Amino acid sequence: MLSIAITTAFALVSGALLLSLWRMLAGPDKPDRILALDTLYINTIALLVLLGIHLSSSLYFEAALLIAMMGFVSTVALCKYLLRGDIIE
Amino acid sequence: MLEVVLSLLIIIGAVFTFIGSLGLARLGDFYTRLHGPTKATTLGVGSLLIASVLYFSTRGEGLSLHEILVTLFLFITAPVSAHLLSKAALHLRVRSLATPPRDAGDPEGGRPARDRVEESR
Amino acid sequence: MRHVLLPHPVLTPVLAVVWLLLVNSLSPGQILLGLLLGWAIPVFTLRFWPEQVTIHKPMTLLRFLGVVLYDILVANITVARLILAGRKHVSPAFVTVPLALRSDLGISLLANTVSLTPGTVSAWLSPDRTRLVVHGLRVDDPDALIAQIKRRYEAPLKEVFEPC
Repeated sequence: MLSIAITTAFALVSGALLLSLWRMLAGPDKPDRILALDTLYINTIALLVLLGIHLSSSLYFEAALLIAMMGFVSTVALCKYLLRGDIIE
Repeated sequence: MLEVVLSLLIIIGAVFTFIGSLGLARLGDFYTRLHGPTKATTLGVGSLLIASVLYFSTRGEGLSLHEILVTLFLFITAPVSAHLLSKAALHLRVRSLATPPRDAGDPEGGRPARDRVEESR
Repeated sequence: MRHVLLPHPVLTPVLAVVWLLLVNSLSPGQILLGLLLGWAIPVFTLRFWPEQVTIHKPMTLLRFLGVVLYDILVANITVARLILAGRKHVSPAFVTVPLALRSDLGISLLANTVSLTPGTVSAWLSPDRTRLVVHGLRVDDPDALIAQIKRRYEAPLKEVFEPC
């Protein structure tokens, strides 16, 4: 039962990744693309956590944490760039 | 019993993650799209992480709570990035279904006066 | 007057707990290291923290956290239903919430709470920090929304962080 649930969840999260990817390619505005990138990060965290459960390995947790941090920092940096034209003031 | 709870949590998490991205792909303008990823996705990932805590804590190797850190981090950062994104969008005057207030979009919004004085020196 | 050796009494246990979660262990050595980090980080980053946090009513804060957690659950179900219903059922609007909070921490907590709760995202804060612009996914009655945000989230935050 658990393996069926994990397989279904893999399919759903991959679908979510594809939808975000489509939004990133389609735009139409710059903030839309950044939002799609941010969503891609969060979906990747979900995928990594699922992979960790699937393979019974807690190694993937560190990767998920790193992606969460990098994703947040890059979103903030990109927004700062849109707001001011440069990142470091 | 545990397996049922785990499977339910995993499915709920994946469904919410999917719905969040569906909102991103489906809704009409930037500001409504912003709602999907900030809410649905955080709960989706949160519920997946709770499933992960349950799974690793019941394998007989002691409690494993470090997934809570990721959940906490996401719950703190998701609103911050949403706020910054909508601030940037207001600044760029992105097309919107609702009319934003006239003065919204000033990139100085939210910065206290003392910071600005220091900067201009 | 700022205490030099323990500048942020709230931050120290929080950092220690975060450290223990990060190393995923409860051994005495790690607890000691966590407490050491919890003490050292606030002392060495003193100049980054503009204001000292004081919690006046811990019980109100706990109740507020409970309300917010419940609202996050409700928010997710509402937003998920709206997304599935499609764009015809969405009637977005911007509303401007006048703020009674004055402290940096209070305002940022309010903005974060608004973003996490049903169908609203905080969009912009006016430069003088008196108004918060909020985007609602489905707004039928803007005044009711403003009143709800003020009563449900702003009032407890003001009680906890800025009692008069």
